[in-house]
Amino acid sequence: MGDHLFEFLLRQGDNTLILSHRISEWCGHAPIIEEDIALANIALDLLGQTQMWLGLAAEVEGAGRSADDLAMLRDAWDFRNAILVERPNGDFGQTMMRQFLFDAYHVELLNRLANSTDERIAAIAAKSLKEVEYHFERSATTVIALGDGSEESHARMQAALDDQWTFAGELFETDAGDHALNDAGIAPLPSELRAGFNTRAIAVLGDATLNIPETTFAHSGGRSGKRHSEHLGHLLTQMQWLQRAYPGATW
Amino acid sequence: MYAQMVKSENTDSGPELDAFQARIDAGEKIEPKDWMPAGYRKTLIRQISQHAHSEIVGQLPEGNWITRAPTLERKAILLAKVQDEAGHGLYLYCAAETLGVSRDELTEMLLDGRMKYSSIFNYPTLTWADIGAIGWLVDGAAIMNQVPLQRTSYGPYARAMVRICKEESFHQRQGYDIMMKMAQGSEAQKRMAQDALNRYWYPSLMMFGPSDKESVHSAQSMSWRIKINSNDELRQKFVDQTVPQAEYLGLTVPDENLRLDPETGHYKFSEPDWTEFFEVLNGNGPCNKERLEARNKAWDDGQWVRDGMMAHARKKAARAASAKVVAE
Amino acid sequence: MSYQDTNPRNEWPLWEIFIRGQHGMSHRHVGSLHAPDAEMAIKNARDVYTRRNEGVSIWVVEAEKITASSPSDKGPMYEPSQSKVYRHPTFFDIPDDVGAM
Repeated sequence: MGDHLFEFLLRQGDNTLILSHRISEWCGHAPIIEEDIALANIALDLLGQTQMWLGLAAEVEGAGRSADDLAMLRDAWDFRNAILVERPNGDFGQTMMRQFLFDAYHVELLNRLANSTDERIAAIAAKSLKEVEYHFERSATTVIALGDGSEESHARMQAALDDQWTFAGELFETDAGDHALNDAGIAPLPSELRAGFNTRAIAVLGDATLNIPETTFAHSGGRSGKRHSEHLGHLLTQMQWLQRAYPGATW
Repeated sequence: MYAQMVKSENTDSGPELDAFQARIDAGEKIEPKDWMPAGYRKTLIRQISQHAHSEIVGQLPEGNWITRAPTLERKAILLAKVQDEAGHGLYLYCAAETLGVSRDELTEMLLDGRMKYSSIFNYPTLTWADIGAIGWLVDGAAIMNQVPLQRTSYGPYARAMVRICKEESFHQRQGYDIMMKMAQGSEAQKRMAQDALNRYWYPSLMMFGPSDKESVHSAQSMSWRIKINSNDELRQKFVDQTVPQAEYLGLTVPDENLRLDPETGHYKFSEPDWTEFFEVLNGNGPCNKERLEARNKAWDDGQWVRDGMMAHARKKAARAASAKVVAE
Repeated sequence: MSYQDTNPRNEWPLWEIFIRGQHGMSHRHVGSLHAPDAEMAIKNARDVYTRRNEGVSIWVVEAEKITASSPSDKGPMYEPSQSKVYRHPTFFDIPDDVGAM
């Protein structure tokens, strides 16, 4: 159970860490100041959640590592985030579409985790949920506005959806570890979250006048760590640069 | 400062002007709808927008290190700080807008080079210590100027400054905190810290602008209370405050002539290279091109987003209006 | 004339933001921002003006919809109330012996 729990916590913390990192790349480059500030808020929320998830992961592992060690000193194959969140930002529409898809999943997940039999997990989920409900509201509103907006914005949002949809499926992938945690009442099966996600997606993407791709194909390999995309390695070379170049230094 | 070398304009005269000056002298705030001389309005627009542009362009050198911050906590702190700068730009643009210009107009003037921003943001951030040095020195210098501006005569500007100063209080401390960690760290970290001080010392002194003892523009701006202290006054204050802080860190200020004058209690120091300053203002700083390119790219790439969101808002309003007609 | 006609740049309109804080009794003007519509103005206000936990309730008003008194009316608008000093508690001299009132 310990290994499954550690893996589960890495999946949570790595998703929020890598997505936060991607969003933070927008700082100073967003389409308008108000969006710049809003994106930074989301990145900051996710970074705070990362500290909680990876902090608990380090505690559960009991190997003397800290949340920072886990973030800065693991190589790509040890990361457990979904491929969706490590993909490059693309244009603002792609960033918002990715955000929306992740938020829709994230709200469903945290709603369930708030009732986890593991009190530490329930507490992190309850705190995160308040932030993520707002993320969802904001990304949904933006996706609707840009989908419905101008001809160009509509076309870009449809392209973003077509591009990202097959990467959302991985969020619901379920393995033996998930079953073990589910049996213990610690976490829901990811596959169980799909229905709630679909309801949210259908409602919002409908209002956005966008068509959900018909494919049922889903990319995979991030949450199992078996095959990340090439992008994660490049992200880590930046994120981990100082810790790797000056081992043991205190900052 | 964030608004350097702002030229003042004075084109009005007459009894209205005397009454206006009397209000300022009495410490009254001038509000958007009040009568004001055209020169006061024009100078303020120039000064406030230059300050706003500096905040927005100022996101770039520090933003450069958000993705490379060494720990999760440092990353959060830096992101929050750079985000604050965006907020400060926003507050200042709003203050300028009360004078009858739109933010998009001001943005266009920044992007095509008609309006300036502070020289300091045209210097590169090469190591993590630069993030410390910017917080410590650049924000330290900015605060010197911004605290008195809370008492400036134009109401919306003063109120923006109050908010900015309140939020800014953690910025300088986080910078010094980074420097302390580096100065107490490994040999490499100490070298990094000294190198950052070497590169940022004189550009920080330049932030206050050249001496304005003889400047008519400064005299006019001071009588309007949109400039509170002279450039030399603020620079002296900055040096007096900063040198002991550098000593505490065990770092050396890169100035052989630096010494405390026992008679005045103030430090004597070398002037920065003003030729370099004017070159930077004229577009020849190390990063002028990159900074403006980055801002132009963000603005151009964002056009479809701003237009798309606006188009949706209009459609929504039209739908609501026609639904109302149907209901009636 | 519609906003579109007066806005060739297609700029997002300006909104005035009022926030009631944790312990505040009423909404206070905190500043302005740009947003395409009221719904986004509320969201932007949350992100821009409550970053430090400042608010519990937000009002937004499109800046051009605000009617403000003109400064030249300052005399007739406010001076009459200056003569009604009895509206202020300090007008009345209550002996200290009476206690708090």
